Amino acid sequence: MKKIILFSTILLVGVFVFIFLTLNQSTTPKKESLVIKGSDTEVQLVSNLVEAFLEKNPKADISVTGGGSGVGIAALLNGEIDLANSSRKMEDKELEQAKNKGLEIQEFILARDGLSIIVHPENPIQQLLIDQIAKIYKGEITNWKEVGGKDEKIILYGRQSTSGTYVFFRNFVVQEDYSPEMLNMEGNQAIVDAVKADKNGIGYVGVGYVKDENNQPRGDIKIIPVAQDEKSEAVSPLNSDAVKQGKYPIARPIFQYLPHLPQKNSLLERFLRFEMSEPGQEIIKKAGFFSINEEDEQKNQQFLKNIK
Amino acid sequence: MGFKKDVHFSKNLPRLIFGATAALTVFSLISIFLFLLMSGVGAFKEIGIKEFFLGTDWNPTSFHAPSWGILSLIVGTLIISALALFIALPFGLSIAIYLSEIASPKMREMLKPLIEMIASIPSVVLGLLGLLFLAPLIAKIFHLSNGLNALTASILVAIAALPTIASICEDALSSVSSRFREASLALGATKWITIKKVVVPAAGSGLVAAIMLGLGRIIGETMIVLMVAGNSRAFPHSFLDPVRPMTANIAIEIKEVVVGSLHWQGLFAIGLTLFLITFVINLLADILVHKRRSYEN
Repeated sequence: MKKIILFSTILLVGVFVFIFLTLNQSTTPKKESLVIKGSDTEVQLVSNLVEAFLEKNPKADISVTGGGSGVGIAALLNGEIDLANSSRKMEDKELEQAKNKGLEIQEFILARDGLSIIVHPENPIQQLLIDQIAKIYKGEITNWKEVGGKDEKIILYGRQSTSGTYVFFRNFVVQEDYSPEMLNMEGNQAIVDAVKADKNGIGYVGVGYVKDENNQPRGDIKIIPVAQDEKSEAVSPLNSDAVKQGKYPIARPIFQYLPHLPQKNSLLERFLRFEMSEPGQEIIKKAGFFSINEEDEQKNQQFLKNIK
Repeated sequence: MGFKKDVHFSKNLPRLIFGATAALTVFSLISIFLFLLMSGVGAFKEIGIKEFFLGTDWNPTSFHAPSWGILSLIVGTLIISALALFIALPFGLSIAIYLSEIASPKMREMLKPLIEMIASIPSVVLGLLGLLFLAPLIAKIFHLSNGLNALTASILVAIAALPTIASICEDALSSVSSRFREASLALGATKWITIKKVVVPAAGSGLVAAIMLGLGRIIGETMIVLMVAGNSRAFPHSFLDPVRPMTANIAIEIKEVVVGSLHWQGLFAIGLTLFLITFVINLLADILVHKRRSYEN
């Protein structure tokens, strides 16, 4: 009996030492590689950019995954990835954590997005004010008739708390906690699918998700023009000039974050420069997003200049 | 001398290997428990046990101060589990009775693997089918504008647990000695009475075990509930309300937390709670089974 115990202990220790050693083995990559993770809003766009980039750099190895901006930023802070996609700005708290971990976070503006408010095509609503949208998502307006629709309960669709869109929409539009009644969906596409099927539903998604492959608005959902207040005109997120000039009330820049300044001529720097280039901007427009404005471009150039 | 030693060794080697494997299982159970405890205990300290278990709002990333109550998550898990068991149990038991007592051996040999094959449907596929077909159907039947609620999730989870329950129930019923049946039939009982009064009670402990294993599967199910239960934070009041079960909540939020933060610890505390719930259920089942066995003897 004693022998058995002794032997099993030795065996167990052996197994764990083995596991420990294999996990700790440093794998030296032979190829240049990049791991990109984060925003679900950006994942398709960045995948398209990577695909085009790899055509000219076939030796590089780049992976892109989603999960939400929060997921990407957490992975960045935990040192797991090279580039985090985020559809919201990093919070002070997160920058503080990064500092404590010895990271020098760098911000890159990828594109502009008009966050779109969508409803079922049969919904008679023609436009909404920012204030009305906020009240709907706070749970203060619960019936469509209060904003000029039918006498039906409003069903709220939103993202999970891991989503940058969730945080951006809450902080800039709702400015209060979401109603606890809101259904939390796994991604932009899940919201589009749910609202398409729910005639009392309302949802918010990135503008890339309300257009089809040919960059035309899709017919199975209705995109609601939004007005800042009663005096201003309601603007559709499909109006690219309005979004770029900031006339659409829920337009936002979408970001990519780096843990450090990249090295000169590294794969990461080349990829970021590609994103800003003419072909990169074409892909951004094709995916339904809008290219960055002059102010954004200046910030990006400033950042790229710091790379030595 | 050397020969003797060899015999001794070859006799003991299998014993050692199997012993070590068993020890490894116990070791993993204990280390998982300790890991959950160590990672989660900070949350209990910081949040307070009362607020953690009795608070109804879980919102760690709130616009204002975060709130840490998991009662609505626990209730969400309980509603789905109870409802799923309520759906899966009659079906599972009927299937088992049919296979074991009524079907011809040929039929049984064909049907049993088919039913067990349900277990090979990945839960993400069940969730997808639920989103596409079951949720709209439930919405239509109950005149709701969408079908993302506890009932839809329960039906799908019940389907996922059905093969476990049916298959183990069938094993329990088949292992009842045929003498019991013959004696009952000889006394003039009908087949139905024999099943009801003799076979099912005799298989009792095995049936309890089947239910408990099924319940374990139901409580731990994550992907299906994540996809179709709606995941809203509101406290559920009926089985047609959207719910956010504990498993789904962990799966959603663990991806965004910074390792070691209070939110991270809170999720491990939920994991610990989930672990304890299933542990108690298994323990109860074990006690029930043993009690019955000693009573039967």
